[in-house]
Amino acid sequence: MNTATANAPSRAEGFSKPAVKRINAISPSTNLIVTLFFIVYSCVCLLPVLLVIAASLSDENAITLHGYSLIPKVWSTSAYHYLMFDLHKILAGYGISIASTVIGSLSGMMITALYAYPLSRMDFDFRGFFSFFIFFTMVFGGGLVPTYLIYTNYFHLKDTLLALIIPGLLMNAFLVLTTRTFFQQTIHPSILESAQIDGAGEFRIFFGIVLPLSLPVMATIGLFYTLAYWNDWFNSLVYINNDNMVNLQYMMYRVMRNLQFLQSHAQSNTTVGAEEIAKMPNETVRMAMCIVGMGPIVLAYPFFQRYFVAGLTVGAVKG
Amino acid sequence: MMLPGTIYLLINNYLPMFGTLIAFKSVDWSKGILHSPWVGFDNFKFLFRTSDAWTITRNTLLYNALFITITPIIAVSFAILLNELRSRLAARFFQSVMFLPYFLSAVVVGYLGYSMLSTEFGFINTHVLEPLGFDAIAWYSEPKYWPYILPIVYIWKNIGYSTVIYLAAVIGIDNEYYEAALMDGASKWRQAISITLPQIRPIIIILALMAVGHILNADFGLFYQVPLDAGALYPTTNVIDTYVYRALLTLGDVGMSSAAGLYQSAVGLVLVLTVNLIVRKINKENALF
Repeated sequence: MNTATANAPSRAEGFSKPAVKRINAISPSTNLIVTLFFIVYSCVCLLPVLLVIAASLSDENAITLHGYSLIPKVWSTSAYHYLMFDLHKILAGYGISIASTVIGSLSGMMITALYAYPLSRMDFDFRGFFSFFIFFTMVFGGGLVPTYLIYTNYFHLKDTLLALIIPGLLMNAFLVLTTRTFFQQTIHPSILESAQIDGAGEFRIFFGIVLPLSLPVMATIGLFYTLAYWNDWFNSLVYINNDNMVNLQYMMYRVMRNLQFLQSHAQSNTTVGAEEIAKMPNETVRMAMCIVGMGPIVLAYPFFQRYFVAGLTVGAVKG
Repeated sequence: MMLPGTIYLLINNYLPMFGTLIAFKSVDWSKGILHSPWVGFDNFKFLFRTSDAWTITRNTLLYNALFITITPIIAVSFAILLNELRSRLAARFFQSVMFLPYFLSAVVVGYLGYSMLSTEFGFINTHVLEPLGFDAIAWYSEPKYWPYILPIVYIWKNIGYSTVIYLAAVIGIDNEYYEAALMDGASKWRQAISITLPQIRPIIIILALMAVGHILNADFGLFYQVPLDAGALYPTTNVIDTYVYRALLTLGDVGMSSAAGLYQSAVGLVLVLTVNLIVRKINKENALF
C-alpha cells in the first residue's frame, strides 16, 4: 500500500460517496499522515507473526548468537526435520482438532438455529421466558468448579472427545441472539403464513423455508463456532489427562512449556537416539511447532474475515 | 425445537449454578457432594483471610477497568480515522490486517510473546535494548513490567474486533448530518465530537455495559498463556480466573476454588443489574433490559 493509491480518487466500493462527502473529505496531507499511521500500526500487528516465521526457518546457532530476527541470519529448515520425527503425534493432534471442530461447529449451528427460530416468532407463547432463559446465562454462571464436577462426576466426560466439544462451547448465547435478530429481519411472517395455509408443519417450514433463506447468518455463526473450537485449549487442559487425546492447541501449549512433550513417546522410536534428542534445536523447533499450529488459521483468514465482519455488523442485540 | 438448546443450557449453565452450593460445603469425597456437611461461609472466610484474595481481586479489577476504558477510546478513534481515509481500498486493507490477531489462539499469542520477550533471544532484548546500549531485561521473572505488557498484548489482539463494530456504526450514520455541519462551517474535529460520537453513543454504552458486568471475569487465555504461567509473575498476573483454576486442579482445593468462583459470579451479576439501573435512570433507550 503506497500513498499513490491512497491519494487516488475514491472508488465507489460498498457505498457511493455523494459530492458533499468529497468536499468534506480530509486534505491530502492529513490523509497521508493517517495512512502512514495505519501502515505503521499494521506492521506492529504483523511483526510478531513474521518474527516467528523467520525464527522457524533459521539456524539454531544463529539464534543463540543474535537472537530472533526478522530475516534469518542463516537459513535452515532443520527445525521442521526434527518435527518430522514426531509427525504421527502432530497428525493425531490435527485429527482431534479437526474432528472436534467439525462435529462441534455443525452441532452448534444446528442447536443455535433451532433455539433462535422460535424466539424470532412473534406468535410463540413462551418467547419471553425462553429469551430470559438464555439471556440470564450471559450474566450469571456457576463457575469452573461446579461445571468441572458435573461434567466429570455425573457425565464422565473425562478423556473423551465429547469433553472437547460439549463444555462451554456448544452454544453461544450471543450467537443465538444474533441469529434470532437475523430471522426477525429477513423472514417475512407472510411467507410462514402461506406455508402454514398450504399445510406445512413447523419443522417442514423451518428446514424447507427458514434455513435455506438464512444461509448468510448460518455461514457467519458457523465461522464463529469453527474459530472457537479450533482455538480452544482450555477444555483439553481441564478435562483431558490422556496425552493421546489432546488437540493441537494444547499440544502447542505443552511444547512451549517443555519441548520433551513431543519426544515422550519418541523414546521407543529407535530412529531417534538419545544423543539426537540432546542436540535438538530447542528455540527453532518451538517456533516451527507454532507455525504448524498457526498455519491453517492464517491461511484461511483472508477467506474468513469478510463473513466475520458481516456477522459482527448484524447490529446490536437487545434482549 | 427448543428442546436440544434448552437441555444444553440446563446442563451447561443451570446445573452448575446450583452447583455453587459447594461453596458453602466442606466437600468430603467419601460421602459424595450431596451429603457433605454444610459449613456456611467458612470457605469464604478462608479465602478472604489469604493475601491472595486481595491480590487477585485488585489485579482483575485494575486490568479490566483499564481494558474497558482504553478499548473504546482507541477503537472509536481508529474507526473514525479509517472512515476518513480517502481510499476505501486502503481502509479495508488496514481493517483486515488489524483483525488478524483476533484469530490467533491464546497459545499462539503466548508463542509470539515469547519470541519478543525471551530473555536470551527475544527480539526486544537483542534488537531493541542492546543496540541502544541498555541491559537485557528478564521479562519472565520481573512482575513490575507486566502491568504494561498485558494491556499492550490485549489491545494488539482485540482492537481490530472492536474497531470493526464501531466502524459499522460510523458508516451507518446518515450523511445529512455532516452536510448540515459543513454548511455551518464545522471543522472535522468538531464533526467528530458533535455528530459522530453522539450518534454511536448507544453502541459504546451497550458494549461497555456488557464489559462492566464481566469485570471480575478476566480473559483466562491472556493471563494464563501469555505470562507462560511463570510463578514469579503471579503478583501482577494472577487474576481470579487463573486462581480458581490453579486452586482446583493443582491444589485440589474444591471449597476455596468454588468460593472464589461464586464470589466472581455474584459480584458480576450485581454489577450488571446496578449499571443497567443507572443507565435506565439516565436514558431508558440505552439500557440493556
